[in-house]
Amino acid sequence: MAEAAPVLAEKTAAGRIPVIELHNVSKTFGEVRSLSGVNFAVYPGEIVGLLGDNGAGKSTLVKTVMGFHRPDPGGEIFFHGKRIDDWSVARARALGIETVYQERALCEKQPIWRNMFMGREPRTKWGLLDVKRMREESARLMSEHMGFTSAAVHPDNVVTTMSGGEKQGVAITRALYFDAELVILDEPTMGLSLTETRKTLDFVGNIKRAGKSAIFIDHNIFHVYPIVDRLYVLDRGKVAGVYDKADISMDDLIDRLYRVARSGSLE
Amino acid sequence: MATETATGKPLNNRVAPPSMLRRHGSQLGIIGVGFAMWLTFVIAAPAVFTNLNIYNAFAQTTPQFGIIALALTFVVITGEIDLSFPSIMALGTAAFCLVTAYGGAPWYLGLVVAFATGAACGLINGLLVAKLSIPSLVITIGTSFLYRGLELVLMNGTGVPLTADKFPEMHKIFREPVFGFPVQTLWMIVLAFVLWVLLNRTRFGAHVFLVGDNPTSARLMGINVVSVKTRAFVLVGVMAVFAGLMTSIYGYYFWPTTGDGFLLYTIASVFLGGTSVFGGTGSVVGSFVAAFIIGAINAGIVSAGINAFYTQLCFGLVIVISVVSQTVIERRIRRQSLTGR
Repeated sequence: MAEAAPVLAEKTAAGRIPVIELHNVSKTFGEVRSLSGVNFAVYPGEIVGLLGDNGAGKSTLVKTVMGFHRPDPGGEIFFHGKRIDDWSVARARALGIETVYQERALCEKQPIWRNMFMGREPRTKWGLLDVKRMREESARLMSEHMGFTSAAVHPDNVVTTMSGGEKQGVAITRALYFDAELVILDEPTMGLSLTETRKTLDFVGNIKRAGKSAIFIDHNIFHVYPIVDRLYVLDRGKVAGVYDKADISMDDLIDRLYRVARSGSLE
Repeated sequence: MATETATGKPLNNRVAPPSMLRRHGSQLGIIGVGFAMWLTFVIAAPAVFTNLNIYNAFAQTTPQFGIIALALTFVVITGEIDLSFPSIMALGTAAFCLVTAYGGAPWYLGLVVAFATGAACGLINGLLVAKLSIPSLVITIGTSFLYRGLELVLMNGTGVPLTADKFPEMHKIFREPVFGFPVQTLWMIVLAFVLWVLLNRTRFGAHVFLVGDNPTSARLMGINVVSVKTRAFVLVGVMAVFAGLMTSIYGYYFWPTTGDGFLLYTIASVFLGGTSVFGGTGSVVGSFVAAFIIGAINAGIVSAGINAFYTQLCFGLVIVISVVSQTVIERRIRRQSLTGR
């Protein structure tokens, strides 16, 4: 079954080099094997959907791509075809991979401007923190990109005071601002209102139009299917199947997901 | 319960930038407490508190623990605590004495060795806490005994005279007033400024807040949590040695018990200054003012002619009331934000 991944990926990619590729990646936490022998690739300008039940290994896979988890020995990570051995979050972000995490990865007691630039704070020519720029840029980004009127959210507001959608806005804007080549969205619509969900899905569409790539994870197949180009189905830490959207209808996909949940096999 | 005033509250505070009061509430609060206390002292004993001598006295002694409080603020913001700094004060100063008084090396070499000792102690604390994820409350009690024990063994439990004729430069740096102004307080002002910049205008400072607020989020965004926490502990180690040398030179003598009695004043200064025990928030300015409040209570009670037995009672009242009111205010802000008003 693990063989399925490279074959299908090749067909889709037609000789292109993936932005990011995971080869034979496993991840074990103590006794629990969260990923085993996963092959995974995202090509330039492509939106990849990641489906699977709770505990299928979606978040672990994303955190491995992001450098938060280190794969077990034997697993390899390639960035634009080059194998990278010292993969880390700082490295991944420096190379243009950004993630909107399920848990949002915000520091809630801090003002928006600190959250927006978390981990890559701009500095003045003196090497000091450019707080003025962080404040101004945050205000600009919040109004331009997330459609908050500039008075609605002040960069000095602490994150605790914001609604779920506004928090998600900060997390998404943060990923967008740094002009990422690959954006990973881990259940970005969880807990959002209808309009907020709409906005988030539009955002994913914009990534593709800008020629960037994205990995999109969501429980709701009706959110995932319309905007992705390719789909990975994970089950119990393994890649159970990879589909080009053109090759599978939504009904067929739903059918197979039910089957995999019951029997562990797609066929 | 706290009563809510209808006036002064915006109709919907989410459309307004946070008020000056909210952004700097705890700092303004502590400055207010300090001012109120000073007024009380002036009214209680005007003869004493309009005379410069009293200020001179506590301007010399307060920085001895206040300087450590400034650095300890960083560790507390990261969500940790360091209880070993009194022992580091002694061990670092002992290292100075060993190199200079016993080893015959010049004073500046002694300073280098002393600060290196402090940094090493901080590094050990930091790595044990951050790398091995041992609760700092537990492990720094352990290292506290370790450093103190090492110092006692090295010095064989004896003290060393640090007279002005033997260490003239040290006395210039750490004790002799500059244009009549206590040099200890000058040092504390300079260090407070430097540490304010470090906390509020550097990446390290920014990461101190983020790590203390939510270490998982910080790691997800690529911040090296271990490194940030370790550096905060190293800062405390170095500042503890600075304070140890200052204290010993002030007394013209290095006592092997140096640092005893500093623990509670220092920690009280940090918490009284509005730095949260839960991590993620805190201020150098708050710790600075709080240290002088604590120093002033000490000097003030006795000078005001109040029985010295009241000192501890007064400490307790000021600290408990301040911390309780900070918590109540903070909870109110949080409730407002939850209800959206």
